[in-house]
Amino acid sequence: MKYMLIMRATDAARQDYEKVDFNEIIEKMGAYNEALLKAGVMLAGDGLADSMADNFVVDFTADPPIVTDGPYGETHELFSGFWMIQVASKEEAIEWASRCPLGPGSKLEVRRVTEMSDFGEYADNPRLKQQETWRAESGQV
Amino acid sequence: MVDTGRTVAAVWRIEGARIVATLARLTNDVVLAEDLAQEAVVDALRQWPETGIPQNPGAWLTAVAKRKAIDTWRRRERLNERYQAIAHDLAAGPDDGPDAWQPIDDDVLRLVFIACHPVIAREAQVALTLRLIGGLSTEEIARLFLLPVATIQQRIVRAKKTLAAAKVPFEAPDPSEWRARLGSVLGVVYLIFTEGYAATAGEQWMRTDLANEALRLGRVLAGLTPREPEAHALVALMELQASRFGARLRPDGTPILLADQDRARWDRAQIGRGQAALARADALGRGRGSYALQAAIAECHATAPSIDDTDWARIVLLYEALGRIAPNPVVDLNRAVAVSMATGPASALLIVDGLADAGALRGSSLLPSVRGELLARLGRAEEARSEFVTAAALTANSRERGVLLAKAAAL
Repeated sequence: MKYMLIMRATDAARQDYEKVDFNEIIEKMGAYNEALLKAGVMLAGDGLADSMADNFVVDFTADPPIVTDGPYGETHELFSGFWMIQVASKEEAIEWASRCPLGPGSKLEVRRVTEMSDFGEYADNPRLKQQETWRAESGQV
Repeated sequence: MVDTGRTVAAVWRIEGARIVATLARLTNDVVLAEDLAQEAVVDALRQWPETGIPQNPGAWLTAVAKRKAIDTWRRRERLNERYQAIAHDLAAGPDDGPDAWQPIDDDVLRLVFIACHPVIAREAQVALTLRLIGGLSTEEIARLFLLPVATIQQRIVRAKKTLAAAKVPFEAPDPSEWRARLGSVLGVVYLIFTEGYAATAGEQWMRTDLANEALRLGRVLAGLTPREPEAHALVALMELQASRFGARLRPDGTPILLADQDRARWDRAQIGRGQAALARADALGRGRGSYALQAAIAECHATAPSIDDTDWARIVLLYEALGRIAPNPVVDLNRAVAVSMATGPASALLIVDGLADAGALRGSSLLPSVRGELLARLGRAEEARSEFVTAAALTANSRERGVLLAKAAAL
């Protein structure tokens, strides 16, 4: 089973983070990533840019959706990075998540990745298959 | 509520190999190391429900196992000098702090080589590798292979006895043996994968959890031997083959062959990981071995939009290269199929006839079924029918037999 570890940090935690030596952060995160890789469980992972100038939000409340810079303000815990891991049990996912070198104010939200079996009888639904096709054609994960 | 048993199992999956490797370095005895580690696990199962899970469970297990080693040796009435010296060294060790027992990768690699040591039978190498490197319990291994727990237990016990009797030291192989021994380790991992990819036992045609264990072991191995192209290539091959898992079965469990698979269901992220692993193998600049060539063939399929839009000419070249370094009639037969797709059935038939004349693959349904296919495409219906009937009589798989007889009847 695959799990996504979603890293979230409060604004306060992110400000605290800026006081820490960045080399230290790189060192700790590097060691964690290396452990995941060497254990053969890591499938993917990336950090997300902090600079809001590069980021934007598409709000679908309106039609057409509204694109704004951000996310600012309304997000108290910013989604700042993720890992995808493949493990044998929820407990193993808990073990790996608990080892992540994060500090107070940071959280990992851990979500199991859905599999076709989660859709059960809908697995052959033409829409679902179409989505898969779209994902395949666009080369997206 | 925390289920201690499941947590201990998870910790063991993550830390087991490192714990046993560390203990093996300290005692120079893998069998003893594994026994001590298992005793420590029993202690954990008893104590952790009351004390809670320790901060660093791997260090806890290692420290407990180490103490057991010292106690055992001290209690022995007739201590021999070697044990005395080891017990002394251990007791005088630096400290029991949380980072005191960080094993080095070389220890884990030594453990891999010992689990796949040539003195042990192949099926026991498989069990021992899953147990020592994969951190799986005997019960989990038995479940994966659909075998009784007692059978796996017996294989492991026998393998440990053999290792002890052979006095196998905790060492990596000599440079002169390195290539062959590494090849044997890669072979064990790929054997686990293929058993998952095309299960020979049980109701299911493939068992993804077994294949995933092999993939994990392959990644661990590539991490331990980053300078070995074939280790990366094996990961590439397994990733690329596993990317098709989602498309290989109908809802009722019957297999879907490559030509009929819905390619939209192939796992693109996994294909990407496979390609990246193959690129890592190539980047080492030592040419392509048999896993790299097989991975490159799998890559051709994985990146082709359809059977017709597949680069068959390239696949023919790759099979030719594979046949040169690892001559095998099945490879030749696959090459013939690729040739038939690239240049037509006539030239492919020459290859297959060559194999038949040499008496290759006698008794297998593979050769007559491919030959029947080629003859049918050449319009030689009578001969084709006869080949399909022959193939049908040779296969042990009832589904395949039905398909072959239907082909014969349709001609």
